[in-house]
Amino acid sequence: MTWVNAVVQGLLLGGQYALLACGLSLVFGVMRIVNLAHGALAVTAAYLTLWLSQRTSLPLVVCLVASVLVFAGVGYLLQRGLLNRALRGGELAPLLVTFGLAVIVVNLLQEIATANSRSISIGGLATSSTRIVDGLSIGVFSLLTLVVAVALIGLIQLFLSRTAVGRAMRATSDDPGAARLMGIDDRHMYGLATAIAVGSVAAAGAFLGMSTQFTPGYGDLVLIFAFEAVIIGGLGSLWGTLLGGLVLGVAQTVGAQVEPAYGILFGHVVFLAVLALKPSGLMPRTVTA
Amino acid sequence: MKLSPSVISGVATLTLAATLAGCSGGIGGEESSGDEATLKIGFVSTTTGSLAPFGQANSFVVDQMKAYFADNPLEVDGTDYQVEIVVKDAQSDSTRAAEVATELINSDGVDVLISSGTPDIVDPVSEQCEANSIPCITTVAPWQPFAIRDGDKPADLSYSYHFFWGLEDVAAVYSDIWTQVSTNKKAGGLFPNDPDGQAWSANFPGLTESSGVTIDNPGLYTNGTKDFSAQISQFKGSDILLGVPIPPDFTTFWKQAKQQGYSPKVATIGKALLFPSSVEALGDIADGLATEVWWTPTAPYESSLTGQSAQELADSFESETGEQWTQPLGFAHALFEVTAAAVQKAGSTDADDIVAALSDLDVSTVVGDVAWGADPDVPPYVAKTPVTGGQWRATDGGDHPFDLVVVSNQLAPEVPLAGKVEPLS
Repeated sequence: MTWVNAVVQGLLLGGQYALLACGLSLVFGVMRIVNLAHGALAVTAAYLTLWLSQRTSLPLVVCLVASVLVFAGVGYLLQRGLLNRALRGGELAPLLVTFGLAVIVVNLLQEIATANSRSISIGGLATSSTRIVDGLSIGVFSLLTLVVAVALIGLIQLFLSRTAVGRAMRATSDDPGAARLMGIDDRHMYGLATAIAVGSVAAAGAFLGMSTQFTPGYGDLVLIFAFEAVIIGGLGSLWGTLLGGLVLGVAQTVGAQVEPAYGILFGHVVFLAVLALKPSGLMPRTVTA
Repeated sequence: MKLSPSVISGVATLTLAATLAGCSGGIGGEESSGDEATLKIGFVSTTTGSLAPFGQANSFVVDQMKAYFADNPLEVDGTDYQVEIVVKDAQSDSTRAAEVATELINSDGVDVLISSGTPDIVDPVSEQCEANSIPCITTVAPWQPFAIRDGDKPADLSYSYHFFWGLEDVAAVYSDIWTQVSTNKKAGGLFPNDPDGQAWSANFPGLTESSGVTIDNPGLYTNGTKDFSAQISQFKGSDILLGVPIPPDFTTFWKQAKQQGYSPKVATIGKALLFPSSVEALGDIADGLATEVWWTPTAPYESSLTGQSAQELADSFESETGEQWTQPLGFAHALFEVTAAAVQKAGSTDADDIVAALSDLDVSTVVGDVAWGADPDVPPYVAKTPVTGGQWRATDGGDHPFDLVVVSNQLAPEVPLAGKVEPLS
């Protein structure tokens, strides 16, 4: 039963990784930008959600949605104002810009919100669980995170494959020049893609803030798992990212079951194995391409 | 040759700047050649970065000390000394700590360096002091990681003086807390793969042997682990939980433990429960968690400088900053007490005189008695301060959601007990 438990907990953990990684995956899929400010943005969103829920008497869900919308706006402005310009400077420029952005954001947060640990309180939900059988309990909040991750990735995927804007976005991703000839404003498309990505980061950040406690620099600690989920799944594929998150989660928990010291290490080993044996990932990009 | 207007104005600016610099140099020179004697203290603090919670109390104390010394110059051998305090931020980084320590020594010309907060910061500061022959006073790092830097022997230090407790003290406090509750004498050890986790997991089994508790250590996990199911399933059946995790990891662990039905009777956790903000962030499930207490407002100590009691110091911190008191507060204050006492005893700001004074200094501070050369079990440059054990208790409508109350005072009987250890519900 301990092994079943390890796999189940790993899948639930994978939901959190996938939720964190899907924004990263989208930004890379559409614009080929590796967003190093991803973790910092997630933590900022956690602070915003916390601030909203403390300052207003609105239910937490409303605060979360408001924070997602604010961040979508921030994402659009970020892309149009900063990253589109950086893209003109070659491949390295956006990487450096997002790195610098991460440093600035973390220090601003420290200045504004202090270095104290914070957490978004969700009351009894944080510790409530359903016991399936003896030795196997599923945390309600972990399950909720997984459901939200699957739903969010499904929605974004649906948007990309079924709507006119989604098609235009994919066309821009394939060949910005040709898309421009067809009358598509590639800068606007990039802006929209980042808006969706950063909006999803905001949701991921809020869930992160509910699951544990965070400080301004906490984003760095989770960024690596998001990266690994993206790479394992296959660059630019959203369903791949979900799969990547789940694989990483299960690798860590099963690894920890073998030897608690090796949990995280097993995750890294699986990541390296995928890189070595199937560098394009488990599900190389299909729709977003 | 024809010069463009911009070059001409540039030259003019340079000349003007040089003249001004000459002037200010002259003024500065007059000032320092006056009768005023000055003691310059360099403080390597952690204002930003992951260790910033340690630095929050530091900036309060520095402001307090600047105001105090402005009104009360330090009397050294019949002369009134002005006290100047220069603070530099180590940004929670060891390399940066060494850099700013060098700056303080070489550019600012400080007479004494002080530093507070974790071996990552105080060790590099002490190394720079050793290299430059400058007296160094440090605290808020267990003495073992401070003294033992390479191999397993304490380093040979001539200019560094440290005051804090050691692992043996925490182990004694934890053992006392465990034995106050009736348990099955089995403990689960939650140790991360970092210097603290390595030191604790290696030394605790031996140090707590007399309590009859056996510690089950499933192996050192990596900081940032997001799932602890493996540890939880192994700990089930252990009535005691012991560990030294970082705050976010403990939150993850403790929430998952609750979800998966692991509820120990007593939990003694170092590091993660140090700051009230981390405890508040845990929420209701933090009620009853225990940790070591090295400074508390209820302790019967008072400052040798300001005369404030521990309670008064904590109160002024709370009213000034609006934050709940934290343990490093008392120690940051004590750093200045020790420095002042050492310089007064030395009778000058000469490095060797200060070091000689420190070697057998004995001063009553707001953190208790600090005396070097008094304990034969520790290196001569280490002074041990008293440690007690405490439990975080949820308050009923108090100023703060949780209070840290003392439940074990075996090592420091002068600190009043606020009750017995209450088992976790």
